[in-house]
Amino acid sequence: MSGITRRQAIGAASAAAGAVVVGVSAAHASAAPRATRPAEPASFDEVYLGRRIQGGPAGGHGGHHADHGGGYSVRVDGDELHIMRNADGTWISVINHYDPQATPRALARAAVDDLQGAALVPLVPATR
Amino acid sequence: MTVRKNQAQLTADEKRRFVNALLALKRDGRYDSFVSTHNDFIMSDRDDSDRVGHRSPSFLPWHRRFLIQFEQALQSVDASVALPYWDWTADRTPAASLWAPDFLGGTGRPRDGQVTDGAFAFSGSGWRINVRVDGRDFLRRSLGGGGVQLPTKAEVDSVLAMPVYDAPPWNSASDGFRNHLEGWRGVNLHNRVHVWVGGHMATGASPNDPVFWLHHAYVDRLWTQWQARHPNSPYLPAAGTRDVVDLRETMRPWGNVTPADMLDHTRYYTYDVAA
Repeated sequence: MSGITRRQAIGAASAAAGAVVVGVSAAHASAAPRATRPAEPASFDEVYLGRRIQGGPAGGHGGHHADHGGGYSVRVDGDELHIMRNADGTWISVINHYDPQATPRALARAAVDDLQGAALVPLVPATR
Repeated sequence: MTVRKNQAQLTADEKRRFVNALLALKRDGRYDSFVSTHNDFIMSDRDDSDRVGHRSPSFLPWHRRFLIQFEQALQSVDASVALPYWDWTADRTPAASLWAPDFLGGTGRPRDGQVTDGAFAFSGSGWRINVRVDGRDFLRRSLGGGGVQLPTKAEVDSVLAMPVYDAPPWNSASDGFRNHLEGWRGVNLHNRVHVWVGGHMATGASPNDPVFWLHHAYVDRLWTQWQARHPNSPYLPAAGTRDVVDLRETMRPWGNVTPADMLDHTRYYTYDVAA
């Protein structure tokens, strides 16, 4: 993984701004429920603590790791957050890997809480 | 012979040698290769496909092998060093000696989570976070910050009492000892400790915090204690399981070690007190 960031950190001051929802995209992902899992959750697009967080079906906005088997992707200020769905339908990310969240939106918000304004480092595929 | 000790019992000299060996591995780049390996497996181990390091039966033998490899790297720097273990049921507050400036340093400051004392503080010795998921290059912690409590001895005992090693579907939804120790189900032991430490320990790049090794050395010791309580309970699954490492299948990334090879730790190390 590279140590280079793509932009300056936004700054912790923005964390004080609070969550402002600027828009919610057409919800209700169209993916059909799979036999052993709950349906894909709805898409979302909002500003949380000054950061834009988006979620939706992988590929819908350029997600590139559907090869990991994930049908859903999450972005923070446009950078992809590596996420994973657990067998029970909960979600984790590379930022909060040991603390499952109920929804991708909760996962994205937890990542923003942890980042305290820092930028995600772009994903680099596993070396194996 | 390597003897793994309770971190609370280390002498000042043992702490100093351990910290210096960590810093040496950091300087020569070997430390970060361990962080990269762990993060690669964290990101690729999945409940519905191939899984080796986590959320699977091989969670315990995989980490045992990973720790042995790391301990051998430490010993290449200083042959007297062994991995200590952190019994988080006993040393369960940020006031524990584990977090003193002469050992791992304390919790992060409120503003940005930055650890500011001890050898791993960014301002000190060059413990720069290179393998990372965000732009920050300083070690972060928030000990107990999320409001969670470390597991209790009674909770550990409730998991050690489980007689079956692991069970279908051999992932984060499983019943049995492995998944309850790992923490995806039930009272939650291993996962919860990562969350309690916070900062880097809560991420896929958790070995960036040296406490990773002390945490996993204790998880590894709990596996030994479980084996002692249930001598007739084997590693499972035995054979023929898709996406999962069976008893005699090799584990990535080494390719030459199986769970069966890892069942007896005494070839590699013993403990300061009987497990």
